[in-house]
Amino acid sequence: MNVVAKTETGRALGDAFAVVRDRLPGEGKIADQRRQAFEAYERSGLPHRRIEDWKYTDLRALMREVLPLAASPDDAALSRARAVVQARAIEGVRRLVLVDGAFAPDLSDWQDLEKGLSINPLRLALEAGDEIVATQALASDVANPMIALNGAMATDGVVIDVAHGTVLTQPLHIVHVASGTAPASTFTRSLLRLGRDAGVTLVESYLAADGAKAYQTHDGLVVAIGDNSRLDHVRLVEDSVDAFNISSATVSLGAHAHFNTFGLTSGGHVSRYQLTVTCAGEGSTVETNGVNLINGKQHADTTLFMDHAVPHCASREVFRAVVDDRAHSVFQGRIIVRPDAQKTDAKMMTRALLLSDDAEADNKPELEIFADDVTCGHGATTGALDESLLFYMRARGLPEKEAQALLIQAFVGEAIETIASDELREVAIAAAQRWLQARA
Amino acid sequence: MSLLEVKDLQVRVEEREILHGLSLTVNPGEVHAIMGPNGSGKSTLSHVIAGKPGYEVTGGQILFRGEDLLEMEPNERAAQGVFLAFQYPVEIPGVTTWNFLHAALNAQRKARGEDEISSPAFLKKVREVARSLNIPQDMLKRGVNVGFSGGEKKRNEILQMALFEPAVCILDEMDSGLDIDALRIAADGVNALRSPERAMVVITHYQRLLNYIVPDFVHVMSKGRVVKSGGKELALELEESGYAQFEDAA
Repeated sequence: MNVVAKTETGRALGDAFAVVRDRLPGEGKIADQRRQAFEAYERSGLPHRRIEDWKYTDLRALMREVLPLAASPDDAALSRARAVVQARAIEGVRRLVLVDGAFAPDLSDWQDLEKGLSINPLRLALEAGDEIVATQALASDVANPMIALNGAMATDGVVIDVAHGTVLTQPLHIVHVASGTAPASTFTRSLLRLGRDAGVTLVESYLAADGAKAYQTHDGLVVAIGDNSRLDHVRLVEDSVDAFNISSATVSLGAHAHFNTFGLTSGGHVSRYQLTVTCAGEGSTVETNGVNLINGKQHADTTLFMDHAVPHCASREVFRAVVDDRAHSVFQGRIIVRPDAQKTDAKMMTRALLLSDDAEADNKPELEIFADDVTCGHGATTGALDESLLFYMRARGLPEKEAQALLIQAFVGEAIETIASDELREVAIAAAQRWLQARA
Repeated sequence: MSLLEVKDLQVRVEEREILHGLSLTVNPGEVHAIMGPNGSGKSTLSHVIAGKPGYEVTGGQILFRGEDLLEMEPNERAAQGVFLAFQYPVEIPGVTTWNFLHAALNAQRKARGEDEISSPAFLKKVREVARSLNIPQDMLKRGVNVGFSGGEKKRNEILQMALFEPAVCILDEMDSGLDIDALRIAADGVNALRSPERAMVVITHYQRLLNYIVPDFVHVMSKGRVVKSGGKELALELEESGYAQFEDAA
C-alpha cells in the first residue's frame, strides 16, 4: 500500500506512466527495469521541502501540473528547431540534436565518425533490446526520485562510445530543443562511455525554438570515464523563461581520469541540475564549476554530490550565482570522503551576488569526512555589488548597467576561468554575454 | 562663461552639514589649489562635483559650462569632461585595466555622439600615454589597480586623465601615500596635461605638492567654507603659520 501523500501532480505522473508505459521503447527486462524505476519514484513521490535535499526546490509547490508526453516532432517543429540550432551553432563541433525528446537524425551530424567513436540513438538501442545500454543508461541512482522518474520514462537520447585510446579532436555537442507549440514534457537519457586513455570534449545545450513555451524537460546523462581518460564538459541551460528543466548527470571516474565540467544556467523558469560525481579510481581529479545568471522569477538549483570513494583523488568546485529581481538561486554542494579515501584533496567555494533586495541565494556546502588524512575545505559568501567600485567606474564614464556588467563578468569569470579548454571557455563566455546583453 | 562655478554650495551627509555655502569659480587654463585641515570638507567637495552617492545637496548649485552639473549622472559628468583623480583609487579584480579603459573611453565617446574607438587604435593611444608616464605595458593587462603600489595607482589615475582629455581635473589628495620620487613622477604627468583649455583643481593638505604643481590660485578651506583666497604665495604663508588662524576665522 502506498502511504505517501500525493499531490495532484504526483498522481498525474503515475497516470502518465500507466498511459505511456506500453509505448516506451524496450521490452522484457528493459520494461521491468522501467517499472522498478517508477516504483522507486512512487515510494517518495514528487520531492518536497521536507526532504532535506529538496528543501529549497519544492517540486510539489513549483510543479503545478504534469504535461503530456511530447508528440514526435513534425516537419514544422523540426524546421523551427533547425532555425534555433543554426542560430546557436558552435563552430567545428559534431552536433547531435534532440527535438522534443526525440533524436533528430537529419539535424545531427552522426555519419562519417572518427575511428573509435560510435553514436546511436537510445531509442534504437532499447528497441533492439540492448540490455547493457539499458542497465547503464536507465538504472542510475534510482534512490533519487526525479532521476528514477527520468529512468522510467526516458524515450530517447544518445549513446556515445569512445574506444580505448581514442582522443576525439572534434568536440561533441548535444542540443536539446523544445519545439512543440503545445506545452509538453520530454524525458531523455544519454550515455557516454569513454574507454581507457580516451579524451572527449562535450557541450550540452538546452534551447527553445520560436514559439515553444511552458514545456518540461527531464534529462539525464550517465558518464563512465575510463582509466587515464579525460572529459571536458560544458552545459548551458538557456531554456525559455517559463520552462522546467529537471536534469541530472551521473559521472564515474576510473584511475587517473580527469573530469572538468562547467554548467551555466541562465534560462528556464524552474531548473534543477543534480550532478553526482564518483571518484572510483585512484588518482582521479575533478573540477566541477558553474554559474547561475538569473532574474525575473527564475528558480535555478544546482545540487552537487561529490563522492570520494578511493584514495589520492582531488576535487575542486567553484560556483557563482548572480541573482536579480525576485529570482532564487540554490547551490547545494555535498562532498563525501569515504573511510578508505585517504589523501583526498577536496575544496569547494561558492559565492552569490544579489542584484536586488528581493533576490535570494541559498548556498549549502556540506562536508562529510570519514577518512583522517585528508585536505578538505569549503566556503560560501553572499553579497551585493561593491558601491565604491561602481562609483569609480561611473566616474570614468561607464553607465551604471555597463559598470555592473563588467563587475558581473569579473565575478562569474572566476568560475569561467576554470574551464580548461579554450574553445569551451569561449562558448561559456558567449552564453554569459547573451545574458548580460539581454539585461542591459 | 566660467568652466566650473560652485555657488553657495551646502551639503549634508547623514544629517550633518559638511559644506556651509562654498563658492569657487574656475576658468579654462587655471590651476586652483584647495588647501585645508582634515575635516574641512575638501574631499566632500570633490565627491559632490563627481557625483558620488550619499551626499545631499541642500542649497546652492554647481554649473559646468553653464549647465547644472548636479542634474547629471556621474557617467554623464565624466563624458562632459569632469574628471576626479581619486585619493584612494579602488581595485577591481577580474577587470583588466586595458578592458576597463577601452569600455570607459567608448562610453564617453558614445555619450558625446562620437564614433567608438577600435581596439587597435585604442591600443596605440593607450601605449603612447603609458610610455610618456613610465607605466609598464604589463600593468595594462592586470586587473584595475590590483596589486599596484600607491605610486602606480596614482600614475594610473593620471594615465586615465591623459586618455580621457577632460576639461576640468579634480585631483583629490594626489600626494597622499607617495614618496618624493613617486610624487615627482605623478606631478610631471599632471604638468604635462596643463593647457590653456584645461583647468585643474588640486586638493591637498600639504604645501609640498604645490612645489611641483604650481597653482595660479590658492583657496583655504575651513569648516566647510573657503575662508581665504589668494595667489600661490598663500600656500607658502600657510606652510609658515599653519591652519590654526583660519580655524578661528571660520
